[in-house]
Amino acid sequence: MNNRSIAPTFWDRFWRLANPKVFMGWSGRALPWIVAAAGLSLCSGLIWGYFFTPDDIRQGSTVKIIYLHVPTALMAINGYLLMFVGALVWLIRRQHVSVLAAKAAAPVGMVMTLIALATGAIWGQPMWGTYWVWDPRLTSFLILFLFYVGYIALWAAIEDEDTAADLTSVLAIVGAVFAMLSRYAVLFWNQGLHQGTTVTMADGAQQDNISNVFFQPLLLSMAGFGLLFLTLLLIGTRTEVRSRRLKVLQARERMG
Amino acid sequence: MIQLFLRDLGLSVRSGGGFGLALIFFLIVVTLIPFALGPDQTALAVVAPGVLWLGALLACLLSLDRIFGLDFEDGTLDLLVTSPLPPEAVYIAKAAAHWLTTGLPLALAAPVLGVLLNLDFETGKILCLSLLLGTPALSLIGAFGASLTIGVKRGGLLLSLLVLPLYVPSLIFGAQAVRLAGQGLPYDVALVLLSAISLGAAAILPFASGAALRINLR
Amino acid sequence: MIPDLGKYALAVNSSYVLSLLALAVIIGLYVKRSRAVKRDLAAMEAVHDA
Repeated sequence: MNNRSIAPTFWDRFWRLANPKVFMGWSGRALPWIVAAAGLSLCSGLIWGYFFTPDDIRQGSTVKIIYLHVPTALMAINGYLLMFVGALVWLIRRQHVSVLAAKAAAPVGMVMTLIALATGAIWGQPMWGTYWVWDPRLTSFLILFLFYVGYIALWAAIEDEDTAADLTSVLAIVGAVFAMLSRYAVLFWNQGLHQGTTVTMADGAQQDNISNVFFQPLLLSMAGFGLLFLTLLLIGTRTEVRSRRLKVLQARERMG
Repeated sequence: MIQLFLRDLGLSVRSGGGFGLALIFFLIVVTLIPFALGPDQTALAVVAPGVLWLGALLACLLSLDRIFGLDFEDGTLDLLVTSPLPPEAVYIAKAAAHWLTTGLPLALAAPVLGVLLNLDFETGKILCLSLLLGTPALSLIGAFGASLTIGVKRGGLLLSLLVLPLYVPSLIFGAQAVRLAGQGLPYDVALVLLSAISLGAAAILPFASGAALRINLR
Repeated sequence: MIPDLGKYALAVNSSYVLSLLALAVIIGLYVKRSRAVKRDLAAMEAVHDA
């Protein structure tokens, strides 16, 4: 008698999503719920944060920017992580859904990076006096933005879908290694100058023992942005899956 | 592999091979800087390390599409990849040839051009050293980028877009080392990290580029 | 209703406006493309099945 459990584990069911039909079915059913949850948490988080939180002693009302800056910064990194994983799965298992998910994640991650950069700069301006400072955090995000642009540009430049998937996946993996390298290089670069003005506003606010007053709407906001990312990821991947099927049908048409 | 390496060297040195182009470009860039920034000697000396590193980096960038481009156009690359020589070796040979004909001359020329920017001799020595340690990374990373964009028509701009963010760590440590040397501060950490990038690139990029070559030449 | 943001009003408000605008743009683009491809695919499959 076989003692091993035959019930599918979470991962078994997760990998079934690699099948395009299964993925489309599941995502189609899940999407309305995810959209609703995203809308609810994002709106309530931002509304709570904007209208119903007090000002910070040192930063004044600019602390309200935290509800935008921190979640988008997290999503910016999350996006690249997803691209990295998708690329890896594609190169190893050649399952289209994963690389199409990576492709769909990229523009979202890029926009999140831009928002993180803009809000970071605006947040810092009253404190620093200028709109841009080569603070390690902002600089790393700028480099991350460039990596996103390169990845998206390479996808666009190559005609054959599978070749594009392969090459962009190789780029994503090498890029991930260099992105991490850059983070340390930038830290070295800024501190190495002994200027001492390595202000990292978000870190400062978080370490500054944030009380529940700020933390709860921040959590909601982070959940909101996370679910929004998931929403766009699913919509985008579904579009790519459909687009691929469309191309297959169009090619068949051409061949008569 | 050695034969491929020597062949590429020969090709680039011959007329039309673009050998001196990188050096000329480097000279032009360095000449333009004072026009852009004003002739104040002290100001130029301050920016010299970064400008020289940046100039060398951009000069490297110029010749990257030649690494695989010419051979791709006339079909030689197909032959090379299907030969018993593994694509990783093709990459290494070509990257090495690129370094010898671009990175190395730039590194040696840099202190001389540094004179134009009021860079003192001692700092110039460190500049040369940092470029010697850092340009291998530039050639390796550049060749990797070139392997990705082989089939892309007029992919020069895309190549720059892909490669420049990857150059950032080398640029940071390289220029920083020279700046620290100029200020009399210890610069060995920067140089060590710079070398580590070059070595790391040599360790992992052959596999990535080999994969890219196989993908592009299927 | 709008809280007194003091001297940082421009900073805070512009952050929110720009961010929400950027989100609206990316959401709009994704939804628009999704609908277009869905439509084209349905048309293609109708011809295909016919």
